Amino acid sequence: MADADSDDGEDIFVSNSNPVSVSRGVSQPDRVTEEPSDLFSEEEEAASSTAAKANGVHSDDDNDLFADANVELSTDKSGSSARKEPSGPRHASSFTPSPAAMQPTSLEQLEEEEAKDSFDVDVAVTNPEKVGDGMNAYVAYKVSTRTSLPMFRSKVFSVRRRFSDFLGLYEKLSVKQSLHGCIIPPPPEKSVVGMTKVKVGMDDPSSVEFVERRRAALERYLQRVVSHPSLLQDPDVREFLEREDLPRAVNTQALSGAGFLKMINKASDAVNKMTIKMNESDTWFEDKFQEVENEEQQLRKLHVVVDSLVNHRKELCGNTAVFAKSLAMLGNSEDNTALSRALSQLAEVEDKMEQLHQEQAASDFFIFAELLGDYIRLLGAVRGCFDQRMRAWQRWQEAQSTLQKKREAEAKLLWANKPDKLQQAKEEITEWEARVTQYERDFDRIGMTVRKEVLRFEKEKAKDFKSQIIKYLEAMLQSQQRLIKFWEAFLPEAKAIA
Amino acid sequence: LSAPAPRAVNVDLQTDAMLQVDISDALSERDKVKFTVHTKSTLPNFKQNEFSVVRQHEEFIWLHDSFVENEEYAGYIIPPAPPRPDFDASREKLQKLGEGEGSMTKEEFTKMKQELEAEYLAIFKKTVAMHEVFLCRVAAHPVLRKDLNFHVFLEYNQDLSVRGKNKKEKLEDFFKNVVKSADGVLVAGVKDVDDFFEHEKTFLLEYHNRVKDASAKSDRMIRSHKNAADDINRIASSLYTLGTQDSTDLCKYEQMLSLDFTRSCLHKIEARIAADEDLKLADLLKYYLRESQAAKDLLYRRSRALVDYENANKALDKARAKNRDVLQAETSQQLCCHKFEKISESAKQELIDFKTRRVAAFRKNLVELAELELKHAKGNLQLLQGCLGILKGNT
Repeated sequence: MADADSDDGEDIFVSNSNPVSVSRGVSQPDRVTEEPSDLFSEEEEAASSTAAKANGVHSDDDNDLFADANVELSTDKSGSSARKEPSGPRHASSFTPSPAAMQPTSLEQLEEEEAKDSFDVDVAVTNPEKVGDGMNAYVAYKVSTRTSLPMFRSKVFSVRRRFSDFLGLYEKLSVKQSLHGCIIPPPPEKSVVGMTKVKVGMDDPSSVEFVERRRAALERYLQRVVSHPSLLQDPDVREFLEREDLPRAVNTQALSGAGFLKMINKASDAVNKMTIKMNESDTWFEDKFQEVENEEQQLRKLHVVVDSLVNHRKELCGNTAVFAKSLAMLGNSEDNTALSRALSQLAEVEDKMEQLHQEQAASDFFIFAELLGDYIRLLGAVRGCFDQRMRAWQRWQEAQSTLQKKREAEAKLLWANKPDKLQQAKEEITEWEARVTQYERDFDRIGMTVRKEVLRFEKEKAKDFKSQIIKYLEAMLQSQQRLIKFWEAFLPEAKAIA
Repeated sequence: LSAPAPRAVNVDLQTDAMLQVDISDALSERDKVKFTVHTKSTLPNFKQNEFSVVRQHEEFIWLHDSFVENEEYAGYIIPPAPPRPDFDASREKLQKLGEGEGSMTKEEFTKMKQELEAEYLAIFKKTVAMHEVFLCRVAAHPVLRKDLNFHVFLEYNQDLSVRGKNKKEKLEDFFKNVVKSADGVLVAGVKDVDDFFEHEKTFLLEYHNRVKDASAKSDRMIRSHKNAADDINRIASSLYTLGTQDSTDLCKYEQMLSLDFTRSCLHKIEARIAADEDLKLADLLKYYLRESQAAKDLLYRRSRALVDYENANKALDKARAKNRDVLQAETSQQLCCHKFEKISESAKQELIDFKTRRVAAFRKNLVELAELELKHAKGNLQLLQGCLGILKGNT
């Protein structure tokens, strides 16, 4: 069933399916308007075609797989160093806006350059192939990278990864102390039902849709990871992209039954239960957190409406098809020849409308529903990093209170005049003093990271939503153009009735 | 809520007198609609040349039923009665909106209220149109236009005191229909010597069923479309709210502008598509469903008359054979013969006219549908291009 997948000779950057352009990539000069046919017609074909096409789709398009996947990286991290040292005050002069030049920058300059520069790190997830049989089967995806960054071994390379590998990457990143405060993009959700169907057979349309949906989600996930300056520096990320054989990820338990958001919420609850409450000198964090929570709620509500839309569109498809048939029947029984022909033509137009509706439904779904799903999870991740800051603060407070206790103990020992124990007490105090300093620094660092991350996130989110809305409208535009063609063809038939 | 005057349909086929009827105004009250029926006529039996009266739906029904029950009109296709004005669904939606006012933003509420009001207005316009079409068809018919009840309907400026049917009468109607359809089946089995009518019977039966099917399915399709359009509107509004409440004031104004544009763009597009199809195709199918039923009823009456005629013949033969009540039988037979021939004669013309009317109506509506779809699609295209221009412009 699976096509042999060869990396050499074949250009891995040919487009296999248009949903690549649905992914989060910042909008590029319209690739979509080059093609006269609807953006999603190919996708629908892929979705409904046989397994041979779905697995390892080798399209003949020479559209660049990465054309829409260009990613803009923010430039406020040192490019060469792998250390996750926070940038400190923003005007520190060690920023590398491009691999070539080292320039000290001011804050404004930085923001300007962020807008202009783009690192050439493009990733794509393609060619889903079923590996193995029965319940042990899994789907392997091709992860292709194209980059000009010197830290990678080559400029263009690809590896095969399975879903649990992606989860494993997230697991590794999420526990890194050095990345605390960062908004680590969450991976797509596990789905037992979806996967079981696929294990049984990849041929039916719902399996094909599931695999495609997952592929697109994994791609967006990776794109978000590599567009994050700190994460891109991370050796685990590099390993994920480059290493031929990745050791099986075993720690995906946390993400198994619970799902990403449940995990975040559990952690949140733990933080809330802690008794020491923070006195915020700066209300920014509280306000922002509230905003994030509100937004998450609104997105959830919106998601419900989008789901409703997708269902109504599907209903519309069905009803239109049924109506078209009914019209055809009516045309048959009509005894005026010209009218009979016109009615049959009308039935055909309605049939074509049904197709348009189907494509519209796919558009609704892949553009809106998936976008909302991604951002609901992302907002969960944002909440997560606020929680991390809280925990850092609590750790600091606890250390301070421990230090206080140690000092009191020392004072007591001094009074009781026990010189040997005194030495130990002094050592402990020094140790805890160091810890307190460290934790305070950690807390400050995380605070700054969170601030920066949130600002970056908001910018990216605005861009993302905007680009998706643009895609949606462009798909609609093409729909209208086709509509015009249908009705222009029909009009003379209607006029010919006599 | 009162509708602007719908376009009047000039109906002047006879050279002897002009009779033009339209509904110049309509008023929707809590549980009834009042139509202002306006007449212009040179017919001698009217007191004035131009006058108006106010009528309600029940009075239209009374007029229609009086045609149906009139034996003289058995040979004509009686224009189908207009459907009862039904604002229940729309009113319910408006009520639900009112109840849910607290749970949505003022923006959303105003938007939805506007939409529902527009929907209400559309239904209202349609019911006015349906009632008007009925009157115009009657006024256009060479025989029916002379009907006395019709003239009373048009001219008498008091209430016709025609109340809606009470339960007992409705029950009677129900039984009548049951009897009629059972009889219809019997009568339909009678083979007609006349090829024309035999063909028409077969044709109409099939045609009627298919129109019924198409009408029901078009309704379902349109409902789905409206549902999808509603969802799009809610999504567009939410996106707008989300987009404009962001704290970053970077390009807030432009963002707001572009999102607002997007939202109204989407709103217009989806709402239009649903409205187009509704206006033209669905209404057309519904109307011809009723018309084809009226044509079937004519055929039934003719078949009924034929059966009566044949029975009268048999009775006459019997009477002659027994030499009893011959005169009575002869009279009866002559009456039946006369009735049957009268019906047959006018029915043939009526059915031919029906065909002509049907083809013309379909042509008109299909052409208008196509033109409307094109007009809106081109408009939508411009809207979308403008919207995309704004969105892409301020990156």
